[in-house]
Amino acid sequence: MSSTSNVAGSVASTNGTTASTAKKQGRGAKVVGWADERLGLATAAKKNLRKVFPDHWSFMLGEIALWSFVVLLITGVFLTFWFKPSMAEVQYFGSYSELNGMHMSEAFKSTLDISFDVRGGLMVRQMHHWAAMLFIAAMLVHMARVFLTGAFRKPREINWIIGGVLILLGIVEGFAGYSLPDDLLSGTGLRIADGMVKSTPVVGTYMSFFMFGGEFPGDVIVPRLYMAHILLIPGLILALIAAHMLLLVYHKHTQWPGPGRTEENVVGFPMLPVYMAKAGGFFFIVFGTCALMGGLLTINPVWKYGPYDPSKVTAGSQPDWYMGIAEGMLRIMPPWETHLWGHTLSWNIFVPGEVLPIVLLAMVLAWPFLEAWVTGDKREHHLLQRPRNAPVRTAFLVAMMSLYGLLWAAGGNDVLAVLFHLNLNHITYFMRGAVFIIPVLVFIFTKRWCISLQRHDNEKLLHGYETGIIMRSPEGGYSERHLPISEESAYTLTARDRDEIYVQGSDVDENGVAAPGGKLAGLRAKLSLGMFGDNVQKPTAEELEEGHHHAEEEHALEAGLDHSADGHQFDGRHEVEGEALRGGH
Amino acid sequence: MVMLLGLLFTGTLYAAFAPANAEKGSDNQDEQIAAGRELFLVGCAFCHGQNGEGINSQNGQYGPSLVGVGAAAVDFQVGTGRMPMAQPGQQAATKDNLYSDEEIEQLAAYVASLGPGPSIPTSDEYSLDNLTGEQKSEAIVRGGQLFLANCSACHNFEGSGGAMPWGKKAPSLRETSDKHIYEAMLTGPQQMDVFSNGNIAPEDKAAIIAYLNSIEENPGYGGFSLGGLGPVSEGMFAWIVGIGGLVGFAYWIAAHSARSEKTETGSEETNA
Repeated sequence: MSSTSNVAGSVASTNGTTASTAKKQGRGAKVVGWADERLGLATAAKKNLRKVFPDHWSFMLGEIALWSFVVLLITGVFLTFWFKPSMAEVQYFGSYSELNGMHMSEAFKSTLDISFDVRGGLMVRQMHHWAAMLFIAAMLVHMARVFLTGAFRKPREINWIIGGVLILLGIVEGFAGYSLPDDLLSGTGLRIADGMVKSTPVVGTYMSFFMFGGEFPGDVIVPRLYMAHILLIPGLILALIAAHMLLLVYHKHTQWPGPGRTEENVVGFPMLPVYMAKAGGFFFIVFGTCALMGGLLTINPVWKYGPYDPSKVTAGSQPDWYMGIAEGMLRIMPPWETHLWGHTLSWNIFVPGEVLPIVLLAMVLAWPFLEAWVTGDKREHHLLQRPRNAPVRTAFLVAMMSLYGLLWAAGGNDVLAVLFHLNLNHITYFMRGAVFIIPVLVFIFTKRWCISLQRHDNEKLLHGYETGIIMRSPEGGYSERHLPISEESAYTLTARDRDEIYVQGSDVDENGVAAPGGKLAGLRAKLSLGMFGDNVQKPTAEELEEGHHHAEEEHALEAGLDHSADGHQFDGRHEVEGEALRGGH
Repeated sequence: MVMLLGLLFTGTLYAAFAPANAEKGSDNQDEQIAAGRELFLVGCAFCHGQNGEGINSQNGQYGPSLVGVGAAAVDFQVGTGRMPMAQPGQQAATKDNLYSDEEIEQLAAYVASLGPGPSIPTSDEYSLDNLTGEQKSEAIVRGGQLFLANCSACHNFEGSGGAMPWGKKAPSLRETSDKHIYEAMLTGPQQMDVFSNGNIAPEDKAAIIAYLNSIEENPGYGGFSLGGLGPVSEGMFAWIVGIGGLVGFAYWIAAHSARSEKTETGSEETNA
């Protein structure tokens, strides 16, 4: 241990013939040595500082979420110094004269004070809000990357679930924060949350009364949400981020296939100095982006909304974007209710407000297990798949993204109506159909697109890439010249597994007897056919051999000429420096 | 002939002895009404009827009766370019105003002559210039509360406008003049309710206008307002500027090799 710490101080002053003398230990090395002898950090650091991570831009998306969470922690601490989580009524006499003398809750007053009377307060408040918007957006973009590349497969399924729970917690945390200032939009949002809770059959009203400490809005919801917002949920998020990243280190990062990259290794650069610099630099970029947005772009101008008053509402009352899908589902839901023995079951709120969000989340979280069950694949996967090589999975995600976008647009239907001079009701009717039809169309379109990209890959493997050189045959026909792709590209394109379609009854037990499989086996076979049936498989070795043979034959034919036909020197295989067409024409 | 002479004589006598101001005023008004009627017949009568009585079609109202709408309604509808209507629709859209101020006055005088209604407000009514500084700021606070209670549900929290059912809309108030906002409250154009003086007193109407001017004159405390539309446009900026920019930076960082030379050969860690 101490020998490690001495390395820094004992670099030889010469590598000549005479024996080198150890340099005197510098002051820094002494301090490091002192600390290492007591904490034993060197051994732990030695391994982890040289930990190798692969390099790709899409591997940095999760980092955006991580760093924006750090920005949230820093700015959030600043805000807690002045925010007063109390619904006690006070009178405002601050700098914002348009609300002078108004009665409001202490929470709203302290928010105004942070905005107008605390130095830098408004900017930090806006940074906090923008960072929250980016935090959840970055988590979703990161999730999309993991999904599209199959990085959720064994052994990373648990990390996938942790990520999904982090997104859910992030959304709840964001909603709690949105509700704290007790401005008009906060209260309107809480009123909707109250409605959703109350729509729960049988226990809804009780739950709402427990939540608000009586009838809405009461005077306890802000302190309660404050506790959740600054202690409970951030603590959970922090713990889950730690677990998420420990698992990342334990599993090692996935990588794109390529020459030298296998399921057994990680090719990339070490943590120190490369990723320390890259990730550290990225933190400053994320912080700077949040600061620029917080300084330049107004977000949540609570002074214009005014304090919450249940009798008031404003046009443009929307939640922050991540709740947009819930808002959209509420807005397009037909007004269905059931009245039973004097009780009302509000399907119009219960279904879009409680059932569908849970179903959507459960679907996303369950996908790794569904896919593993259908493929029956029990192997570990550290090499990523290109999105095109899992057409159904890719198409599913893109369809979900289109659904997300449609619901978000439905949640902003009034803004769309005003900006684009559309009829509000027509938007709502359109969305009622579109949320069912468009994702299906998007699914089909994306799946076929992926498959055509797979075909294109096979074309490149078998017939080479398109050179852009047009050849004319003696008969006068034109054709484009193709040239073989490099070994490296060919390796990368073929570094994927062939899809196996499960057929019911194909499983054989240890005695060679076909397992009959239950009803589920039939479902599995159907899903397997649906997921992989249309995929284009990579060419076999024989097909590749034939493709190469064909190319060589062509070369041989041309080689027979003492000089190739005029113009052929431009076929891309020869040096053409200073070449001109021969014969002076 | 004698009668004609007699009329001419009495007329001249009357002109010579009648009180000069009164004569001028009433004459002027009659002239205005007459000129207004000429304009009305050209620009308005096709829908509102030759005498402003309104026209009903089989499908309902074609153009409503203008009896009793008052001069304020004319000044608002014609002054903001809503009337004459460019095309039928859910709601009359604004367009460039084609009438001069004088012509609008004439039209207003004619419509006002059809029946009693609210007259065009004077600047004392819609401005707070006659109040002291302190009274004025109190009025602005009161105006803000009235605005959030009565107006923002349709016109948005800072008057950016909002959507209403079936393609109707509450327009943005940013470009609207003080007089027109006052007249709109007084007459309730299109989808808007009438906020009569019993409902919102004239000084409260002026307070609402003063509040709107006040938040318009305030500097953008938080920076660019992003359209003043609330969280929808904020979400769009978070995705396009925020995530778009940061993904661009991620791409840039990953595109830079760790080495000073361009040869990219990574080291390798073997799985234990």
